[in-house]
Amino acid sequence: MADKQVIKRAKYKSSVKDPGVAGVLKMSIERFVFMPNDPKSTTKLNVEFRMIKGHKFTKEGSSKQALLNLTQDQGGNYIFEFDSFADRDVCREFVANAIAFHAEAGRVVPDKSAPPVNNEQLSREETERRIKLLQENSELQVLHKQFVYGGILTEAEFWATRKKLLDQNDSRRPKQRLALKNEMWTVKPLSDGQTNRVTFNLTPEIIHQIFAEKPAVRQAYLNFVPNKMTEKEFWTKYSRAEYLHSTKNVVAAAAEAAEDEELAVFLKRDDMLANEARRKIRRVDPTVDMEADEGDDYIHLPDRGLLQDEAKDVLDSQYEPYRRSFSQDLNQHAAVVLQGRLVDVELGDTRTVAEALIRTKQAELSDEISNRNLERKLSDRISRITEIEDLQGPRDPAVAPLSIKDPRDYFDSQQPNALKALGDTGSGTKSFRSRVSPREAYGSLRDIVSDIRVMGLSEPIMNQEVALKVLNGLTQNISSTKLHLGNNPHESVLDRLPKVTKEELMHHWTSVQELLKHFWSSYPITTKYLYAKVTRLKDAMSQVYPKLQEIKESVQSDFRHQVSLLVHPMLQALDAAFAYYDADVQKRSGKSGERPNGSV
Amino acid sequence: MTPVSVKLYTDDVSLLMVLIDTNPFFWNSVKSALPFSKFLSHVLAFLNAIVLLNQLNQVVVIATGYNSCDYIFDSSTSEGQTQRAEHLLQKLEDFVNKDESLCREDSVDGPGFSLLSGSLSMALCYIQRVFRSGPLHPHPRILCLHGSPDGPGQYVAIMNSIFSAQRSMVPIDSCVIGAQHSAFLQQASYITGGVYLKPQLLDGLFQYLSTVFATDLHSRGFLQLPKPAGVDFRASCFCHKNTIDMGYICSVCLSIFCKHQKKCSTCGSVFGQAPVQDSSTPDRKRKTPMDA
Ligand SMILES: [Zn+2]
Ligand SMILES: [Zn+2]
Repeated sequence: MADKQVIKRAKYKSSVKDPGVAGVLKMSIERFVFMPNDPKSTTKLNVEFRMIKGHKFTKEGSSKQALLNLTQDQGGNYIFEFDSFADRDVCREFVANAIAFHAEAGRVVPDKSAPPVNNEQLSREETERRIKLLQENSELQVLHKQFVYGGILTEAEFWATRKKLLDQNDSRRPKQRLALKNEMWTVKPLSDGQTNRVTFNLTPEIIHQIFAEKPAVRQAYLNFVPNKMTEKEFWTKYSRAEYLHSTKNVVAAAAEAAEDEELAVFLKRDDMLANEARRKIRRVDPTVDMEADEGDDYIHLPDRGLLQDEAKDVLDSQYEPYRRSFSQDLNQHAAVVLQGRLVDVELGDTRTVAEALIRTKQAELSDEISNRNLERKLSDRISRITEIEDLQGPRDPAVAPLSIKDPRDYFDSQQPNALKALGDTGSGTKSFRSRVSPREAYGSLRDIVSDIRVMGLSEPIMNQEVALKVLNGLTQNISSTKLHLGNNPHESVLDRLPKVTKEELMHHWTSVQELLKHFWSSYPITTKYLYAKVTRLKDAMSQVYPKLQEIKESVQSDFRHQVSLLVHPMLQALDAAFAYYDADVQKRSGKSGERPNGSV
Repeated sequence: MTPVSVKLYTDDVSLLMVLIDTNPFFWNSVKSALPFSKFLSHVLAFLNAIVLLNQLNQVVVIATGYNSCDYIFDSSTSEGQTQRAEHLLQKLEDFVNKDESLCREDSVDGPGFSLLSGSLSMALCYIQRVFRSGPLHPHPRILCLHGSPDGPGQYVAIMNSIFSAQRSMVPIDSCVIGAQHSAFLQQASYITGGVYLKPQLLDGLFQYLSTVFATDLHSRGFLQLPKPAGVDFRASCFCHKNTIDMGYICSVCLSIFCKHQKKCSTCGSVFGQAPVQDSSTPDRKRKTPMDA
C-alpha cells in the first residue's frame, strides 16, 4: 500500500462549526497534503502521518456532515469535511492504515536487539485494537512509550500481560451478521388512483422475510411452484391475500377463500405457526421475575399498547380461521427478527431459500426433541422457585457450622501492631494491679453513685487552669497533625502532596508495578531469552531506584515523611526483586559455572 | 418518644449514644488517677451540655458492665425530660446491683474486661430502630467512654459491631480513660470515621468531651478534630505471633499463618494440597524448580 495515494475534494475546517476552506486533500502513506482551491489562500497543509495519533469521524445518518478528524500527537487536530460519506470513508480507511503503519514502524526500530518476539506478525485488526487501547488509556500509553520504546520490554511482552484487555476489547465487536430488516412487510399497495391496478414490490430479501415469518406460505410455495402454478402466479395470489387482509374485511376474505382453495391457504391462520407457538409456550418459564419487569409498567400511560378494537368485532365462528390480529403478526415478526438470519444462502433462488429455512427448522425441532430433560429442568426450577418455606420439611444442613476454637487468636494477631502504632509502650500511668473481690469493687462503685445522689456534684467540676491546658494541648496536637492529615477523612495522602510530586509518584508506582510483574513472571528462568529479559528488567528497575530517592529529597520537609512512607513499599518491592535476582544468579553460577546464561 | 414535628430535624441534630464503662474492677484500679465520682460528674455535665446544644438532640446512655450491659438513660423518654441526672444515677445504681448479682468470680486480678461488644451491639440496635422510625431522624453517633483493657475473647463480636456500624455509617468516637490505649476502639474509630482520643489530663475530661466529642457530625465537616497519625493494620501469624506482611489465610475463618498448614488450628478446616506435595516448604520449591 506504500505507493498508493488517495485524492479527494474536501474542506479543511479549524473547528466543526467553521464553514471551512474548499480544496483538495491528497494522502500518501507518508503524509497528507491539503491544497486550497483558491491559490491565494494561505491555508495549506503538509503533515506527516507519523505525527498523527488517531482519527475520529462522524457517523453516517446521525450527522449531516461527513467529517474526518485527525488528532495530532501533541494535541491539536485537523478536521476535513467531504462531499460525501463515501469519499470520507475511503480517506478514513486510508488514514487508519497509515497511522497503523507508522505506529508499527515506530515500534520495530528500537527492538532490533530482541529477536524472538519481534517476528510476531500482527493482523491489522490486532494492531488497530492495540492502538485504540493506547489512545483510550493515557496511563497505558505512558507505560508503553516508556518501556516498549525504551527497549525494556518488547511489544509482545508488554501486551502479553494484557491479553484480557485485548480480548475484552475484541469481544465488544463480535462479527456482525446482518439481521433481517426490522421492518414489517405490510402490503402497501401502490395504487395509481385511477385504475384498479395495485402494484406490489417483492425483492428476494422480502421473500426471505416472508418465508421466515410465515411457514405456511413457505410450505405452499414448495407445494405449488412450479407444478401447480408459476412463481409469478404464486406471488400474485399471495399479494391478493395480503391485500384482502389489509382491508380488514374478514367477511370478504372468507368469501373469496371459499372459491379459491389456494388463496385460502394464505388467508387462513397459519397452523404451522400456531403449532410452533404452542410448542414454544410449553417451554416458557412460568415464573415471573418481578424485578426484571419493574420498569415495564406502561399501562398507566396514555396512548400505550394496542388499541382494543380488534377484539370488539364479534364474528361467526365460520370466519374465525380468517382472523389474524395485528399483534400476532407483530409478535411473529419480532421473533423472527430477534432470531436473526438463520440461513446463509444466496437469496436469488426462492426455492433454495425456502428449503434451507425448512431444514433449519427441522434441525431445531429434532434438537428440542432430543433435549427432553430441558422440560424436566424447567419443572424442577418451578418447584424450587415457588417453594413455600413453611411447608418444606427440614433440610440437611448443606454447610458445616463455623467453629472457632479460640477467637483470642485474632485479637493477638492485631493488637501488638495497633498499639505500637499508637506509641503505647505500656509505661506512663501504670495501672494499679491488685486482686479485689467483686463485693469490694461493686460496693465502692455503688457508694460513689449513692454519694452523688445524696450530695450532688462537686462544683466546679474542673478548674480553669486545667481547661486551658487541655485546650492548648488539643490545639497543638491538631496543628501538628494537620500538616499530615487534612480535615477531609476521605482525602488521601497523595491529594495533599504537590501535584507534580503526586503525578511523579503515581507514574513511578505504575512503572514499578509493570516491571515487577514482568520480572516475577519470568521466573523460573528456563531459556536464554528469559535470562536476557530479566537482566533487562533488573537494569530498568535499578534506574528507578535513585529516582525514588530523588523524589523523597525534592519535596519540602513537611511532606518528606509522607512521601517516604509512600516510596517505602516501592523500594521494598524492588529490593525483594534485586535480592531474588542476586540469589538466583549466585545459585546458577555455583551450579553450572560454564552456563551462566541459565539455559537448562 | 416525644412527638416532635419531623420537619424540625436539621443537619446538626444528634442522637448521641454514650457507652460508659462501669466495670468496677477497672474503676478500682484507677482510683487515684480518675475516681469514678469525678468521671461521673464530668460525664453528667457533658450530657447536659449535649441536650442544651440543640433542643432536639437526644442522648442515650448505656452502661458497659463486667457481666452485662443495659440502657440507663434515654432523654427522649418522659422521665428523661426532668431530673435527668437523678434518673440516670438511679438506673446506674440498679444496674450495678444487677451486674454484681451476675458475678460468679470470687476475686478478680487487675482491671478485668468490660462487655464492650454487648454495649456496642445495644447501641447499634437502638440506632437501627431510630433509622426505621421514618425518613427524618437525628444523626446518630456512638461515644465510647472506655477504660478497661480490650477483652481478647470479644474480638469477633466487637469487629462485627464495628463493621455493622461502618455499614450503617455510624461513627464510633472513642475516649480512652484507662492506662492503656485500646486497639479495638482505635480500629472502631478509624473504620467508622470517628474520633479516637486518649486524654492526657484526666482532670480535664470535661474539656476534652465538650471540645472534641460534643461536635455534631454536620459541623465536623468544618472543624479540625484530633486525628491519629495512622493505623498499623499488619497482622501477626496465629502460629508464632510474628508480624508478617505476607502469609497464608484460612479461607473459612480468616486465620493467618506464616507457613502452609495442613489444617487450620482455629476452625479445623483441612486445606487442600500445596502445588508441590512432597515438601514442607512448597513456596520455596515452586520458585526454584531447577533444583530438580
Ligand atoms: Zn507463624
Ligand atoms: Zn480456619
